Amino acid sequence: MPAKKSPAPKSRTKVRELLFGDLWEYDPAPESAPAHIDARYGLFIGGKSVAPKSKNYFDSISPRDGKKLSEIPFAGKADVDAAFAAAKKAFPAWSKLPGKERGKYLFRIARLLQDRSREFAVAETLDGGKPIKESRDFDLPMAAAHFFYHAGWADKLAFVAPGRTLEPLGVVGQIIPWNFPLLMMAWKIAPALATGNTVVIKPAETTSITALKFASILQDAGLPPGVVNIVTGAGETGAAIVNHPGAAKIAFTGSTEVGKIIQRALAGSGKRLALELGGKAANIVFEDAPIDQAVEGIINGIFFNQGHVCCAGSRLLVQESVADAVIARLKRRMQVLRTGDPLDKNTDIGAINSAEQLAKIRELVASGVEEGAELHQPACKLPKTGFYFPPSLFTKVTQSHRVAREEIFGPVLSILTFRTPEEAVEKANNTPYGLSAGVWTDKGSLILKMASELKAGVVWANTYNKFDPSSPFGGYKQSGFGREGGKHGLLDYARLA
Amino acid sequence: MTRPALRRLLDEIGPVDATGIEERVAKYTTRSIKKQSKVFGLKLAVTMVDLTTLEGKDTPGKVASLCRKALCPHPGDDIPRVAAVCVYPSMVKHAARHVKGSGVRIASVATAFPSGQAPLKTRLAEVRQAVADGADEIDMVINRGAFLAGELGLVQDEIAAVVEACGESTLKVILETSELETYDHIRAASFLAMRVLRPGDFIKTSTGKTSGNATLGNNQVMLDAIRDHFLDTGTEIAMKPAGGIKSAKQALQFLVAVKETLGDAWLNNTRYRFGASSLLNDLLRQLETQRSGAYQAPYTFSDDSSGY
Repeated sequence: MPAKKSPAPKSRTKVRELLFGDLWEYDPAPESAPAHIDARYGLFIGGKSVAPKSKNYFDSISPRDGKKLSEIPFAGKADVDAAFAAAKKAFPAWSKLPGKERGKYLFRIARLLQDRSREFAVAETLDGGKPIKESRDFDLPMAAAHFFYHAGWADKLAFVAPGRTLEPLGVVGQIIPWNFPLLMMAWKIAPALATGNTVVIKPAETTSITALKFASILQDAGLPPGVVNIVTGAGETGAAIVNHPGAAKIAFTGSTEVGKIIQRALAGSGKRLALELGGKAANIVFEDAPIDQAVEGIINGIFFNQGHVCCAGSRLLVQESVADAVIARLKRRMQVLRTGDPLDKNTDIGAINSAEQLAKIRELVASGVEEGAELHQPACKLPKTGFYFPPSLFTKVTQSHRVAREEIFGPVLSILTFRTPEEAVEKANNTPYGLSAGVWTDKGSLILKMASELKAGVVWANTYNKFDPSSPFGGYKQSGFGREGGKHGLLDYARLA
Repeated sequence: MTRPALRRLLDEIGPVDATGIEERVAKYTTRSIKKQSKVFGLKLAVTMVDLTTLEGKDTPGKVASLCRKALCPHPGDDIPRVAAVCVYPSMVKHAARHVKGSGVRIASVATAFPSGQAPLKTRLAEVRQAVADGADEIDMVINRGAFLAGELGLVQDEIAAVVEACGESTLKVILETSELETYDHIRAASFLAMRVLRPGDFIKTSTGKTSGNATLGNNQVMLDAIRDHFLDTGTEIAMKPAGGIKSAKQALQFLVAVKETLGDAWLNNTRYRFGASSLLNDLLRQLETQRSGAYQAPYTFSDDSSGY
């Protein structure tokens, strides 16, 4: 009960801080739904699960505890040839099917995905390490939304461009990354099918399980054999897809380094290409911004999916006059982030996708410390097994630090300051990348000015990491070209007729 | 031209973005509170309840029954008492007969609750009478008319006058968030009040007499304001969401907000309260479910709820 009052003696010298202690600890709350992961998978070619001609398999490891989850087939050149042959065979009938009928398949896929969303969310978390609350509340609903959205377009292709209609390209080869395995698959497959193409797709080496599980949804939806073919493997498999003469288009999401290799390989081949590559997005906070909500947006921008996001707001540009206040609040907010077992429903930051990625993050963070930036990490207990990295931020970062220039792809924020809007634009654009940016201010006109001057495919205003199937997504400069989502995304999978 | 007082205050304390606040609080609702942490949270919530009856039809008999419920919410050794009973000023002396000295405090709404539309002299006299009759805590309403008219100085002076009239009693300042409407207004009103309050005094969301009540959103704006004020001045202001919190699940979500915004020092009933009545039986029901493993019928729990 409150003590009887007398005017409070105000302390002026003591440094005050809040205590985020263990008075009320949350008990472990592991998601218990089964993921139904097979001990061994086959390639999905011609509507059937088939053993790889290469006869090779590799282990899929869960980053959560480093344990083996399943055996994934390694598709060699002969397997990729078989997949392209199946896709080629399926193309005439699929592309001539009335749009309305193609739409029905897409609707069916979307609904089946919703029906099994919990199972897929658990599988995604086990395979990739992202927190269950993100796979449950973001990846799965968004994947279904992309199929629903494009199902609606399938019979309206005559209305995308006035007086013209869209015709499919043929067989498209698609290669997707490990950060949003199922969602990236939906981004790639849905527009390709809606416009009448057939597909050969390769998920990332470390995250093939949900793609191979997705094959059962395609079977349940009754999708004609060969319309979608899923081949798994490593770089060699990807190269076989890229260089396959049967591909009318290659769509790739991944690193800038590999994107450049693909672009070189395709030069002169006549194949279309869409690249969605890396980023080093600037999240720009002006002094008049609603600070607490900006802090929340910064946290969301960099720690979402452990920072394994190509559009992550990994460079914070904060106006000098509010830099100390923003940094103090960020540090306080980071104290209540929960890093740990991704299957726990209360986990905010899960496991790093692979040992390789963890090593890369550690190397870049070490370079930041060595180059003189100041590292801050909240005290947190990390699990003993598995791949984990604490949420981190660097202060005193300058434009020439490696942590300000290179994509870390981990939960590491680099903080820089600026004095004027012009300086903010200059610093934000001073990067080889140009995928996304964020602007935080209470002044609407400044948002519009910044949005027109920032060279980035997406500019978020007073929010961050917001996606919608109807909103095109893609980059400038070395972040790639081509758009996914919306009308722009449809046009990338068709030719105008 | 002089800037309006509210703009000047907002320039000083910073604005609130509605979308951002709502996104933040949505994360609280996904926290999964299980087993021991659930029991702890539920018991904590029981100790934070201001068990309330604020009806024209309140009688000494009704107040007696409310007090009995406050002292003994449910048979069993491990069910704590609630923090306080909250009644109209005319019922304070009746409540005093039952709970004085028991540890359960007597709170009384005053200052022409819920509208506050009475002369200041009358409102202050009401406060003094309630205190004289034995109220340990006074729940006042701010002058929303003056606030919306831009007379922030007047609003603050009136709060200061009530602080003085309270004497030794704790003061809770009701902002009536639904009538202030925007998060910017709620943040501004929180600071107006906190700057004249003593450590341990409260800011409170609502009277429970309008359509809009406590939400996670306005709770968060006020918790953020309390945190900023504490870090600036060292003064610990307490918080009371009131109205609309009917289920144990909601109460736990509000407590998660406290834990993750203000930390451990605010997780007790001198720093956080729930203005509610039907909430109590749902807390008891969930506690009983945790203990016995089965849901009990609602009639298992004695019913004294009305009001909010």
